[in-house]
Amino acid sequence: MPPMPQLSLSGVVPFNWYLILSVILFALGVAGFLFRRNIITVFMSIELMLNAVNLTFIAFSYKMGQNDGHIFSFFVMVVAAAEAAVGLAIILTVFKNRQTLEIDEVSSLNN
Amino acid sequence: MDVILFLLFAGVAVICAINLVLQTHPISSALSLVGVMGALALIYLQLGGEFIAMAQLIVYAGAVMVLFVFVIMLLNEGKERKMQRKLWVRWGGPPLLFVFVAIMATVVEHFLPPSEGVTFGAFTKGTAEAIGTKLFTVYLLPFEVTSVLILIAIVGAIVLARKEID
Repeated sequence: MPPMPQLSLSGVVPFNWYLILSVILFALGVAGFLFRRNIITVFMSIELMLNAVNLTFIAFSYKMGQNDGHIFSFFVMVVAAAEAAVGLAIILTVFKNRQTLEIDEVSSLNN
Repeated sequence: MDVILFLLFAGVAVICAINLVLQTHPISSALSLVGVMGALALIYLQLGGEFIAMAQLIVYAGAVMVLFVFVIMLLNEGKERKMQRKLWVRWGGPPLLFVFVAIMATVVEHFLPPSEGVTFGAFTKGTAEAIGTKLFTVYLLPFEVTSVLILIAIVGAIVLARKEID
């Protein structure tokens, strides 16, 4: 059991706090993804998870002293933007055809 | 000072994320997500990522969230209806998430090699110049492939959101 780090409000931020913040945000994203019933909210939870992973990339980039993590998170942003465009187009189409955004009512593939 | 700022931004991010999950109207969730992204941009800035913090604000909190808000406004579905869920789902989910967070925090605290803390200004490779140099030399091919991906996404979005869908 390593000794607990000293909690001083004036010192440096422990590196692990960034990772734990990322874990908490990712868990909340998973919670929103599983518990919400609105397609748009589910989609926003996915964006929250992507953001949590980006934070991990940036934090480890700081630790390693390299900026490759920044580039990876930049690519994640690009992919997320493309995903948002296509995903929201799909949501529009689903709403046009079914007049609902509840994911439980969009169940053509169920049986 | 660094610790106070980190705790402030992290607190804002977590509270906004909890609000995102708990709100039933999508527009409240969208505004909470903007809060999370803004707080995260400030945390990136603390870690030395100047370019990525600005990209986060412009691309995520700006462009992507505007798309979301447009779609919410267009569809205007209103509040989510109350769903009857099974009892074990309702009371089993949050503890499981807590267990997940606890396990990951234990892994982070005990199995990662110790490292010194984060001080503002210690990391200088996050400027637009450094990122751009690396992006256009080492990561040139992925960057070009990204443009093809965006082209495909644009065409896909147009095809999907056309007026006449049978």
